[in-house]
Amino acid sequence: MDVTMRTTAPSRAPQMADMRGLIASGKRKQVLFAALGLFCTSIALLTLMAAFLNLLIDGLPRLSFDFLTSFPSRRAEQAGILSAWVGSALVMLVTMFAAVPLGVGAAIYLEEYAKKNWITDIIEINVTNLAGVPSIVYGLLALGLFVYQFGFGQSVLSAGLTLALLILPIVIVATREALRAVPGHMREAAYALGATRWQMISGHLLPYSMGGIMTGVIIGMARAIGETAPIITIGALTFIAFLPESPITAAPPFINFDWLWTQFTVLPIQMFNWVSRPDRAFQLNAAAAGVILLLMTLAMNACAIYIRYQVRKKIKW
Amino acid sequence: MSAHPAAAVPHLGTVVEALSHKRSRLLKEKAIQMLLMFAALVAVFTTIAIVSILLIESLRFFEEVSLVDFLTDTLWTPLFADPHYGILPLISGTLTVAAVALIVAIPMGTIIAIYLSEFAHHRVRETVKPFLEMLEAVPTVVFGYFALLFVTPLLQNTILPNLPGFNMLAPGLVIGIFITPYISSVAEDAMRAVPMAMREGAYAMGSTKLQVALRIVTPAATSGIVAAYVLAVSRAIGETMVVAIAAGLNPTLTFNPMEPAATITAYIVQVALGDLPHGSLGYQSIFAAGLTLVLMTLGFNIFGHWMRKRYREAY
Repeated sequence: MDVTMRTTAPSRAPQMADMRGLIASGKRKQVLFAALGLFCTSIALLTLMAAFLNLLIDGLPRLSFDFLTSFPSRRAEQAGILSAWVGSALVMLVTMFAAVPLGVGAAIYLEEYAKKNWITDIIEINVTNLAGVPSIVYGLLALGLFVYQFGFGQSVLSAGLTLALLILPIVIVATREALRAVPGHMREAAYALGATRWQMISGHLLPYSMGGIMTGVIIGMARAIGETAPIITIGALTFIAFLPESPITAAPPFINFDWLWTQFTVLPIQMFNWVSRPDRAFQLNAAAAGVILLLMTLAMNACAIYIRYQVRKKIKW
Repeated sequence: MSAHPAAAVPHLGTVVEALSHKRSRLLKEKAIQMLLMFAALVAVFTTIAIVSILLIESLRFFEEVSLVDFLTDTLWTPLFADPHYGILPLISGTLTVAAVALIVAIPMGTIIAIYLSEFAHHRVRETVKPFLEMLEAVPTVVFGYFALLFVTPLLQNTILPNLPGFNMLAPGLVIGIFITPYISSVAEDAMRAVPMAMREGAYAMGSTKLQVALRIVTPAATSGIVAAYVLAVSRAIGETMVVAIAAGLNPTLTFNPMEPAATITAYIVQVALGDLPHGSLGYQSIFAAGLTLVLMTLGFNIFGHWMRKRYREAY
């Protein structure tokens, strides 16, 4: 005992110093890493800002009411995005009417009906895998299936259905999460009053999870409106100087579906067409179209975030 | 009961009515269930349709072009008078762009994930994440504009004066930045799923935050982090508009990011923009290219799945 005391006592001081050094260097490294993390985050955010600012600076001077109400033109100063945004709106309409019932229906089936068997497993695997398929592959699918096999041609209908398939996984996943958030006792209460399964779903589950479903649908639509590659692949034109017939007519039956079959262009394709030209004036047009596109996407995402926030605030089970 | 035969008649009527009502209700329920199941099966039909259309059109393509030429020829000129159908130049372009993107995205995404999960203050994290998500939401055609008309000129004016106007470096860098949030958000989720007790154990042994992050949390979350990388690889390989705008459309067998070259996706866009007749060899070539793309994505996904299995940790 005495011996060990004697041998360790003199060496204790340097050991403590070592420890202090070790702790100090550990703390230094920790601060350095935090700084590195902050640096990387800032690079990502600064790039985002640079992209926005660059687009705004180039595009804002070209933005005007005329730009929104003119057809594309050979002369850059007279060109506008009328046919492009009308085309985008019509395609989105088809996408919504196809993706919402299919996506919500599939989600309800998987959450509320599906038994644990091989069919369910296959559906689940497919939903997961489809989310990872490159978007241009959907374009090839649509080109082969909708355009030629079904004979829909290079139309608004083909494009809308293509984008609907593309955003289906987004809608399904969001809806499933919203349904899962409704507690089990709400279901049991409805059953206890004699509701059938569908009465329980349509009268209770869907209204309660509407916020979550809407969020998913809007995020999906925001994704769809910016998608370019699949629409180019099915053969959308880049130069359209006419508008399809209006969906609403003055004469009975007041609704007209001819627009489904017309050729069209969409906003991102118009932008792509302009940015690919060497003429600077057209590239500025592209920037202006990009500003509109970006505003629409961001507005939709902001909408989704707002709804999600409201739902979280309001609903307490 | 038998004492009131008169009362039994209307009673029987209501029972029959109730039963038939119940039967029609059941029928309606069954029909709705079938409809919903059909909606769910659309996902399966989509996969089947993708696979069969790619295979059918590719098979027609390979009736004309031998598979050996396809895999070994170093020229891809299907639209020229003297057509060559070697996929290698498109693969080299695709891999080069993806490599540049991943060299940016993997370190940045991982560091941001570790930073947000282990270091950042709660308030910082909640402010930064929506902005990072915005990077994912921006239409890629906007990033194409940015790569061609901002990043390339910026590189030309600063460090690479000889960089051509179309090159693979600028789109690669831009893709790398905008897939970073894919990695950071998935990896961060995986890291936050690591049980607190493991961190506390390490802290109790006197570890620093950095040691906990790198030696405890990261290894424990490896499976999720690899999943994030696989997602990023798929995105980088399948990205279309940025390369179609900023990398040029000329298939070149090169791995030098300072040169212009076409990717598989850019080629499909280029053909689709022209008006190729249905059923022509050029039309079929985009399906063969698409099949190659899907197989590459699939290959990386299987590799990722294997890696995840190997490093899976369950708590």
